[in-house]
Amino acid sequence: MLVPITAKPGTSRKNLTGSWRIMQKPHFLQKNCIACNRCLLICPEGCIEGDGKNTYHCDLDYCKGCGNCAAICPKDDIKMVPEETEL
Amino acid sequence: MREFIEGSAAVARTIRMCKPGLISAYPITPQTHIGENLVQYIADGEMECEFVNSESEHSSASIILGASAVGVRAYNSTSSQGLLLMAEVLYSIAGMRLPLVLTCANRAVSSPINIWNDQQDSVTLRDSGWIQFYGETNQEVCDLHIQAYRIAEDRNVSLPVMVCMDGYTLTHAVEVIDIPEQEQVDRFLPPFKPLHVLDPKDPVSMGVLYDPASYTETRYAIHETMREVLEMIPKVSAEFKEIFGRESGGLIQEYKTKDADKVIVAMGSVVSTVKEAVDEMRDEGEKVGALKVITHRPLPSQALYNSLKHIPQIAVLDKSISLGAAGPLCMDIRSVFQGKDASPKISGFVAGLGGRDITKDTVREIFDRLSGDQVSDQFIGLDVEQVINAT
Amino acid sequence: MATKHLFASGHTACSGCGQSMAARLVVDAAGPNVIIANSTGCLEVFSNMYPRTAWEVPWIHSLFENPASVASGIEAGLRSMGKLDEIRVIAQGGDGSSADIGFQAISGMFERGHDVLYVCYDNGAYMNTGVQRSSQTPFDANTTTTPPGKKSFGKKQYQKNLVAIFAAHGIPYSATASVAFPTDVQRKVKKALDIRGPKFLQIFVPCPLGWRHDPGLTYEVARLAVETGLFPVVEYVDGELASARSISDPKPVEEYLKLQGRFRHLFSAPGGEEEIKKIQAIADGNIRKYGLVKEKPKKEPEKEPEEKPKEEEPKEEKEVAELKKFTLEELAKFDGKEDRPAYIAYKGKVYDVSEKVLWDDGDHLGLHEAGKDLTEEIGEAPHEEDNVLELPVVGELEG
Repeated sequence: MLVPITAKPGTSRKNLTGSWRIMQKPHFLQKNCIACNRCLLICPEGCIEGDGKNTYHCDLDYCKGCGNCAAICPKDDIKMVPEETEL
Repeated sequence: MREFIEGSAAVARTIRMCKPGLISAYPITPQTHIGENLVQYIADGEMECEFVNSESEHSSASIILGASAVGVRAYNSTSSQGLLLMAEVLYSIAGMRLPLVLTCANRAVSSPINIWNDQQDSVTLRDSGWIQFYGETNQEVCDLHIQAYRIAEDRNVSLPVMVCMDGYTLTHAVEVIDIPEQEQVDRFLPPFKPLHVLDPKDPVSMGVLYDPASYTETRYAIHETMREVLEMIPKVSAEFKEIFGRESGGLIQEYKTKDADKVIVAMGSVVSTVKEAVDEMRDEGEKVGALKVITHRPLPSQALYNSLKHIPQIAVLDKSISLGAAGPLCMDIRSVFQGKDASPKISGFVAGLGGRDITKDTVREIFDRLSGDQVSDQFIGLDVEQVINAT
Repeated sequence: MATKHLFASGHTACSGCGQSMAARLVVDAAGPNVIIANSTGCLEVFSNMYPRTAWEVPWIHSLFENPASVASGIEAGLRSMGKLDEIRVIAQGGDGSSADIGFQAISGMFERGHDVLYVCYDNGAYMNTGVQRSSQTPFDANTTTTPPGKKSFGKKQYQKNLVAIFAAHGIPYSATASVAFPTDVQRKVKKALDIRGPKFLQIFVPCPLGWRHDPGLTYEVARLAVETGLFPVVEYVDGELASARSISDPKPVEEYLKLQGRFRHLFSAPGGEEEIKKIQAIADGNIRKYGLVKEKPKKEPEKEPEEKPKEEEPKEEKEVAELKKFTLEELAKFDGKEDRPAYIAYKGKVYDVSEKVLWDDGDHLGLHEAGKDLTEEIGEAPHEEDNVLELPVVGELEG
């Protein structure tokens, strides 16, 4: 008798960790972005995407609101704003 | 072909014919000759196989785990402390349903340190989910390895198998063994087709976390498989006989038990001694018999019950002990009769610990003591004075 | 363009977890043709729970101390099937697994020469079990098994030098990296995986929960660890120190320590100041040992005060006369490829970037190239021109 003892790839995506956020979320100003890509690289959730200057944004379904993207941005083009803020 | 060969070397020859892709082993007396023989075959180009000289048994067991996980037939052998050191890896292997085969050359466990034969080591792992076989002779031990791969790799089973052989008594005995032909092994043992495998083309995660909601079912599945394996083992043994021409393996073996008043139940090489004593005593008019347990896990309860239910007095000879309780085999045999109609006297005797010799006289003594009150954990040949006075 | 990460979102790491940053950087850099053997620990626990997993590559977890031995078996198994050329093998674990309970297995794997990259995610404690001390816990850090109190300032022992210990095994590559420099992490993973044989990479990953800092400070804490000299970013190639990331603006250790609750006692308990000095000594020791702070060229005035004015002018003229002139075509030859030096031009001067850690064969982070005049491109750099002006001058640009 066998029951599955492996998990299929990428199935973690069903877990929408954006629900963890209660305090803050990132606002990508998309004004002075130089597309250095470091926000995309540092995000622990891997939920930031972008392709070229001023195109970077994050998937709020997964963002836990840590704020490291804002910290690493060399152009201060990402600001952490209160969760309730309309964007 | 019949050859005059050391038990360990015969095991190595058998494993060579099973064509593993990877072997990892670590030295420990008395099984080291198995690995040494195998690595010489590889060095001489007589065997194509990766041999990984691990830095401990915990690692050698993990190495074969990794190899099996990528779909390679793998092998390891160990004893005593090595088996205990790799214990958590063995549980992991069974839980991950990897069809590995491991030889345990039975040896006493520390402390005190003792390198001679008893069955404490493998018996300690009886809860692990590994199928466990005990060979009476080197011939049977070799044959059991081939059957082991066949059973382990069956896609309905996918469980690891431990083949136990008494250290020194069998590993270092040089005797005539019929080494099969490669062609026979190839016919009996198909190539390994793993149930799940680590492959970038179809990536899966193995060894994931199972929470209380899902863990139980994985354990139940192994337990159920063990039950299914009970039916499979005699069939595999029968198939083995067809191809190789001899009886080998199976669940249990009766020896002159049909009309016996007293039977000794035991595992491993000691059964040969019991059989010899039985033959002598039969000539003297005593109705005695022996029952060999070949498969200890899964426990062949039904087969045991059927063979023993008409025997009025049963002695179980354990070469190990669950300290504080009784011999493990004795406790298993008693459990077989629980709630059943037959209710024989079942006495447990402990002998042969740390390699202390079990002779025909020992066997006679057990048959003799069996006539007395039922006992659970009587040590045979105890001589406390002698040990104390040794100082 | 959607970025397909090989470590998917939806994992349950704490917010701001340094290890999750690094784990994704590693597997993305490794690519899909990789098999990973992982130890028990935070990463193993937050990356999957049946039936879900964040891993998009084949991944296996067995026990706490055996990722290296499982990986050895995977590698040897692949070798027996002739598949080692197409599939790379990574073994990984935290500092507890790597430096303590699984240390033996790594040593064995490296000694046998398996073609495996071992990645140690170093957050300085057994985090998954609730922040207990490992051998990689820093001196004086507060963990549940090295708590500060009336008779203690926290962990008494110093850390083992893992990168050097593993380099001493004779492996071709042993390096450290930090999540503060994510491109460097990926560069090193790719570099390591291009090497056949055993490799080691220790990645510094802050743990907001265990270190008691705001989740948003992970990047800064990681950067300060490097900028104070407490975590040197180095590479050993074939057992010899091959590179050490310079610190252009060294920070005192207080700036790093004060951000973390696990060092708070050093700022409040009597005797804490002395302890901080000891930690500064560790940082200073690293800076000395690896040459992390380059001496700025000294002005000569102090040596020969009276004769100086006469001697200086001819010297300057000589210096000017000795500056090699480069045309743009000549500069283009110094592109850093195939062992050629890497030069860049900025505001008329030509600078040598060959030794800079972030200039990899003339490529700077995939954004800039050597052999060119980069004056206009400075605006795109996250750093100021100081980074350029500090570089060794090798000439002048003509025209």
